[in-house]
Amino acid sequence: METILEARNILMIYEDGVVANRDVSLSVEANTIHAVVGENGAGKSTLMKILFGIRQPQQGEIVYKGRKVQIRSPHEAIRLGIGMVHQHLMLAPDLTVAENMVLGVEPRSARLFLDTRKALAITERVSREFGMDVPADRKIKDLPIGVRQRVEILKALYRNAELLILDEPTAVLTPQEAEGLFKTLLDLKAHGKTIIFISHKLKEVKRIADRVTVMRDARVITTREAEGISEHEIAYLMVGREISFERIPAPRAVGNPLLTVRGLSLVNDENVRVLSNVSFDVRAGEILGLAGVEGNGQTELVRILTGLLPASAGHVSIRGTPVTGLSPRAIRETGTAHIPEDRMEDGAAAEASLQENIIIDRYYKKDFSRRMRLLWRSIAQHSLELVSRFNILALSPRAAVSSLSGGNIQKVVVARELSSNPEVVIASQPTRGIDVGSEEMVHNLLREARDNGKAVFLTSADLDEILKLSNRILVIYNGELVAHFREVANISAKDLGPYMLGVQREEAVSGEVRP
Amino acid sequence: MEKFVLKYFNLIRTIIAILIGLVISVCLIYLVSKDPGFSLKQFLLGPFLSRGRFSNMIESLSPILFCGLAIAVAFQARQFNVGAEGSLFLGAAVGTAFAVSTRMPIFLHIPLVLLVAGVVGAAWNYIPGLLKARWNASELVSSLMMNYVAYFLGLYLINFHFRDKAAGYLVSLQLPQTAWLQQFIPDTRMHWGIVLSLVFAVLVWFFLYHSTTGYEVRMTGYNEKFARFGGIRVSRIVILSQVILGLIAGIGGMTEVMGIHHRFNWQISPGYGWDGVIVAIIGRNHPLLIVAASLFLAYMRVGGQVLTLMSDVPAEMVTVIQSVIILLITAEAFLSRWRYGITVREAARKVAAR
Repeated sequence: METILEARNILMIYEDGVVANRDVSLSVEANTIHAVVGENGAGKSTLMKILFGIRQPQQGEIVYKGRKVQIRSPHEAIRLGIGMVHQHLMLAPDLTVAENMVLGVEPRSARLFLDTRKALAITERVSREFGMDVPADRKIKDLPIGVRQRVEILKALYRNAELLILDEPTAVLTPQEAEGLFKTLLDLKAHGKTIIFISHKLKEVKRIADRVTVMRDARVITTREAEGISEHEIAYLMVGREISFERIPAPRAVGNPLLTVRGLSLVNDENVRVLSNVSFDVRAGEILGLAGVEGNGQTELVRILTGLLPASAGHVSIRGTPVTGLSPRAIRETGTAHIPEDRMEDGAAAEASLQENIIIDRYYKKDFSRRMRLLWRSIAQHSLELVSRFNILALSPRAAVSSLSGGNIQKVVVARELSSNPEVVIASQPTRGIDVGSEEMVHNLLREARDNGKAVFLTSADLDEILKLSNRILVIYNGELVAHFREVANISAKDLGPYMLGVQREEAVSGEVRP
Repeated sequence: MEKFVLKYFNLIRTIIAILIGLVISVCLIYLVSKDPGFSLKQFLLGPFLSRGRFSNMIESLSPILFCGLAIAVAFQARQFNVGAEGSLFLGAAVGTAFAVSTRMPIFLHIPLVLLVAGVVGAAWNYIPGLLKARWNASELVSSLMMNYVAYFLGLYLINFHFRDKAAGYLVSLQLPQTAWLQQFIPDTRMHWGIVLSLVFAVLVWFFLYHSTTGYEVRMTGYNEKFARFGGIRVSRIVILSQVILGLIAGIGGMTEVMGIHHRFNWQISPGYGWDGVIVAIIGRNHPLLIVAASLFLAYMRVGGQVLTLMSDVPAEMVTVIQSVIILLITAEAFLSRWRYGITVREAARKVAAR
């Protein structure tokens, strides 16, 4: 087989001194699907940015189709025939699919105006050629994420991409959508294209990749044929140690409901109904999982439970105390911890130090301040304890959180929330975008909380996570609960999918439990 | 060496910026002056050449420092309130009115007058704070607009109600001596207000970095959503930080009146509030760095005055020179490539060593 792209001995150092790629070499065969896997911060995305010309390495060279090239900008990458689909899609939401397709290379009428008709024709032609359906005249913002992704792929193909780079394409998709994407990728391979795709999920790597490159700690560990390597082995190479894949067994004893939600509804500022009549209980000693495609009301639900957003109707009580309308602090004081879905938005202040991030929910308590004066010595000591207990990689408690890797920032958030000795834990996407090793640790901590008789409410876009941890599962679609699985032992992602997509639903679902 | 550069990068960058600014100034002075050597000496050394000028430099430090500290508190909470000028002006005007209308012993009069000026400044900035917290109105716009209102209100108060008709020009009545801040070095105008501004620098530093409320202010500034998530009442901090700004600026304005002319003699807005913005930015909102920045700006200002007085360099050119230096200091990206290069070499060395 012929090698289409080769990166040799890449060294990449960022402004903050982080060495993201160290002597990295990658060789991609033409007309294959090549997976690049590794933990967070292993350097995968950096390598892709270099291949697509977003960043320039300090050392190393790139050979494309047998010719040594310098890729100084994405523009040059596209000209060479390299396309990229970013993790956070780069589309203009207010423009139509066709307009996005031709952005930057617009067909014009009278040299000045966008020729909309031509743009539509182009879109339809390209979409037919590759067998990928897209509604050419619809606005991006009205389309589900899976379709948007297809648009981005088509956009790259229209620019004559021979080699497509996809950065964690399945992170935001439902199992069904992911299946669709795999079909597309296999089709593209049949069309003679080459695909590099980055993933955390080993199942999909095994499912579609021809070859796998494993990265760890800024280096390439190995490149192997996908045929001859097991999921287990890949995980071992990624993390450098054994990882358990078993479902966590059911708890011994389930107690009384600690978190009670009744008839919760929310109508947002745009008069859209975001939540309708949501009711459920979470009991001491159980993990209740809420499955759903992102954007179906989970975010708002969690914000209401934690006091960050007022509900339009309904009640919430925590450990018997009504908390509807209480402030975030008052709710925390009832013994509630909250691992927020977006750690950089709600969970941490990047420029603040690690210790300042740790004390956000406790700085006013008597261990950490006296008469309005912060006791920095006890704060530093407490932070050091958490750093060692939760295995956080940081230079010092005074280091800025922005200097930590994503996984370690998440550990800071989890350490803070679980060290407040909560009775109720509300965890949103607790392992999003973190590596397998940190993920395992967070899962163990949640399980430990459950075994200690805490009530854990878990929402996640990652179905494997929901299935692995939950004792009961609710499915939310369009702001309504549409399924309640009281037994999860024999449930798989395929069973949840139709509910998540709104294809199937049970009537009058509630997650209440009768005493 | 390179490690040293990385560690003190911001300091080194500031020094290089000043040096480049000075080189440009030298070029400009050579272009416009018939006797550039003399002009240059006046500009750079002028502030130190006589006791009077040195005193001028130290005394103009104080209002700049007060305003810089005021602005820093709001900026730390990421509230871009630029109302220091208005608070300073109106606070000083109302404080003057209060001082000339009351008679009491010195140990009461001085603190009460300062308090009145501070409270007026604080109340004035409560408005943009409230507008922001309630209706998310941009504090930048509202505080800017309110500066004009404060200016004319202050002028009205002084010129129509507390004007000294015996004086040959538009000034307020003289403050009673019990409301004067005395000189701490005789025969200069260096008054206790300057010492007070330094005390405030320490107080503000302590407030921001060692008090729970200061922590709330800084966390709100770092990430408002995070602050709210952690249980901080963000709207309270939004208002409070702007109120503190007004308080400090009001007191700062009053010390000028009490320490220098003993009358309110501003007919145009003195601009200290804007100098405060500059020093807050140069000092990266850190109270102790702001002291240094204020000293530097005071030095530049007095050097500029001396230059205008003593040489043939026009006053406008002085402003240009000052602007060039300040621009270079505040340009964040200045020399960032240099730093990146060093970072890369350091990291590469570590990689090689392993």
